[in-house]
Amino acid sequence: MNFVGKLTWDSIPFDQPIPLMTSIVIILGLGAILAWVTLKGHVPYLWREWITSTDHKRIGVMYCILAFLMLIRGFADAIMMRAQQAVAVGQSQGYLPPEHYNQIFSAHGTIMIFFMAMTFLIGMMNFVLPLQLGVRDVAFPTMNSVSFWLTASAVLLVNVSLVVGEFARTGWLGFPPLSEKAFSPGVGVDYYLVSLQISGIGTLLTGINFVTTILKIRAPGMSYMRMPVFCWTSLAANLLIIASFPVLTATLGLLMLDRYLGFHFFTNDGGGNSMLYVNLIWIWGHPEVYILALPSFGIFSEIFATFSGKPLFGYRSMVYATLAICILSFTVWLHHFFTMGAGADVNAIFGIASMLIAIPTGVKIFNWLFTMYGGRVRFSVPMHWALGFVVTFVTGGMTGVLLASPPINFVVHNSLFLIAHFHHVIIGAVVFGLMAGYNYWFPKAFGFTLDERLGKASFWCWFAGFYLAFLPLYILGLMGATRRMQHYDDPSWQPLMVVALVGAILILAGIVLTGVQLYVSIRTRDRRRDLTGDPWDGRTLEWATLSPPPHFNFAVLPDVHGEEAYWSLKQRALQRGRISDEPEYQPIEMPLNSPTGVICAFFATLCGFAIIWYIWWLAILGLVGAFVIFVWYAWRDEHEHVIPVEEVQRLERERRRIRTELLHTLSQST
Amino acid sequence: MSTSQAAVIGLTHRASEDTGHGHRGPESKSIVVPYGFWLFVLSDIVLFSALFATYASLAHATDGGPTSRELFSRPTAGVETLALLLSSFVCGLAMIAARHRNLAWTQIWLLVTGLLGFAFLAIELREFASLIADGAPPQRSAFLSSFFTLVGCHGAHVTCGLLWIGTMMAQILAKGFQPHIMRRLLCLSIFWHALDIVWVAIFTLVYLVGTLP
Repeated sequence: MNFVGKLTWDSIPFDQPIPLMTSIVIILGLGAILAWVTLKGHVPYLWREWITSTDHKRIGVMYCILAFLMLIRGFADAIMMRAQQAVAVGQSQGYLPPEHYNQIFSAHGTIMIFFMAMTFLIGMMNFVLPLQLGVRDVAFPTMNSVSFWLTASAVLLVNVSLVVGEFARTGWLGFPPLSEKAFSPGVGVDYYLVSLQISGIGTLLTGINFVTTILKIRAPGMSYMRMPVFCWTSLAANLLIIASFPVLTATLGLLMLDRYLGFHFFTNDGGGNSMLYVNLIWIWGHPEVYILALPSFGIFSEIFATFSGKPLFGYRSMVYATLAICILSFTVWLHHFFTMGAGADVNAIFGIASMLIAIPTGVKIFNWLFTMYGGRVRFSVPMHWALGFVVTFVTGGMTGVLLASPPINFVVHNSLFLIAHFHHVIIGAVVFGLMAGYNYWFPKAFGFTLDERLGKASFWCWFAGFYLAFLPLYILGLMGATRRMQHYDDPSWQPLMVVALVGAILILAGIVLTGVQLYVSIRTRDRRRDLTGDPWDGRTLEWATLSPPPHFNFAVLPDVHGEEAYWSLKQRALQRGRISDEPEYQPIEMPLNSPTGVICAFFATLCGFAIIWYIWWLAILGLVGAFVIFVWYAWRDEHEHVIPVEEVQRLERERRRIRTELLHTLSQST
Repeated sequence: MSTSQAAVIGLTHRASEDTGHGHRGPESKSIVVPYGFWLFVLSDIVLFSALFATYASLAHATDGGPTSRELFSRPTAGVETLALLLSSFVCGLAMIAARHRNLAWTQIWLLVTGLLGFAFLAIELREFASLIADGAPPQRSAFLSSFFTLVGCHGAHVTCGLLWIGTMMAQILAKGFQPHIMRRLLCLSIFWHALDIVWVAIFTLVYLVGTLP
């Protein structure tokens, strides 16, 4: 009997120096960190306070750390591609052989979308949503932990592919028939499929969790039209997750059936239809674009209002625009393949639908501009990112309107023009949004602010680097350069490719500066403590509690009157010259820690690895293990622990003391 | 049934009436848990809709192999439908018994629900086996791939439901009718009825339409 499936010593890339060296460095690095943590005796702390935590704030922070690591991994892929294209012209083949280059662009796309952008955004929503809604946790705290650890499991599998076996060479969406067994017999596509299935389940659970939280768990008085815009855009994004991720699961599942059991969904023979895959995957894929973009719009909305010292202009139109985008995003998927034979009429309809999305988006842009108009704008780091976003996103959106026109699309389809366009909007909206949100909410999470000078330096590197790296790609696309080229013959393309590489290096400087900013800020944290809990003169409820917030967020759930819950509380306190009367404290029930998430993910990883390598006994063991842990979790009787009144009182009185001081300084200054 | 009993299983609200505008603060678990589960069920329906779309576009891609008219039998599918619908009805009886805190009848009705579900599954598996034996396995054509996947995915859901029913029977026995057990029972019944809805669509689109003369 075969106990190891397809696994052999040949699976490890001893003959390929780049992946081999990278994996050795990663394994040594991980080993060193694990050894250090163990020797220092940090394991019990990590297990108790982080790994088994069901606290939305801790889970949010872990998501963000994971996403940062994946940003580095994805960016390493990116700069390798840029370096290859800067040299691989004419006689030179560059330093990456085609089979390796193809894995790199596939991994870059997969990692950046699923494990950097999605992960980062979900982390931010996790941290911020309950605080902004004025409540103590999400609807299903343990499920939240399961979601996170499933994402981590998928990340692990994708990175294991670097060491054991290979990754897909089929692009980030794995179109058949290329991704079918007949043309991709290796384990690369299986790594891709299995890890996306695992992370997809995690994401779906997150969507359910957040929609339930936003619709059912809000502070008293917070009606829908009083929710901060970030909550609205998160609601829209999570509704999109619920409506679109099952389609991804189904589509990838069908491809797995083709590959593993010889079904004929997308094969060339047996009546299969590969266009069916393209349609199905983009029915998920286009909403996915807005799952990424909408929460970012929410982050910017908060930042524009806060740093302009004004309420958001056109709050209601912002909400309607968000929901319009949410619905329209399901009506445009065909614009990703205008050239694949749908015919002029169908193309025209989808082209017009795509252009329509520019209208609600335009509404948002004007709302942000008018929010600044007449305000006293403070140019802090988050505001730098926000202004950079407006400029970048408007121009990137315009190239999108160009692409939405089918005749133009036929000319530039699959060219570097397209690559330039979607990086323009995804980096401009999502990455800038994440960096803005990171700088904005960091003091809330850790109790001290990030260094402003280094933050601005990082922004300028990113901003200039982005334009240097991607404007040349527009021109190259119009010159005829296609995407995913390991090598090209036309030497006139090379100068622009070199400019793009310089841009990528500048972005690298931006990423390094972000790391330096974090390091310097931690070293000088005593000087940059946020003692008030409200470092930016904020307007939403997360700034009403301490930084970092206590485990239970709010000792007494805030009573919301009107939009901008915290701003109106602050104004009332200023008018009355004192903060609200001390309420009667109650003991607080909080969810218990649970290792369910991490154990679930352990079995998911086992099962996933086993499926990739055809180790069937291990796959069954993984499934049985997951079921057993599920039932074990369902059997426990204690779900909550109680924080006693004295503890609540002690923490809350401390907050009230700080707040009273803040009020005095504020009223003296006005 | 008293109001508080109804509140436990999420039929009415525990405290005051919900205005729907969030003025009362966070909802109780008896609202939140079924609500989240409903969202899951909706996402499951989306998953099935992708499989239905796949079946619809591949139903005639028989690649020269057998067609739906040659393969499917209305009487077999009719018996399956009967078993599953009946099991849903019995599941409803189990819920009523649970509301009355009647342990014996709850267990008996849940058992009957499970047995009817099992009967459904057995007929389905027999149909699959005979198709495979008759030279119509899923590998034969795109049509058969999509048929086995759509119907098989429903069957896999029924299997999960059976595991869940068994687990719930054990939980009721061990823990009695505690609020969280009642919430789970409610979710289970939502799940079981949702599988019915999906099956009605399968019965209509696959078996009835597929055997039209």
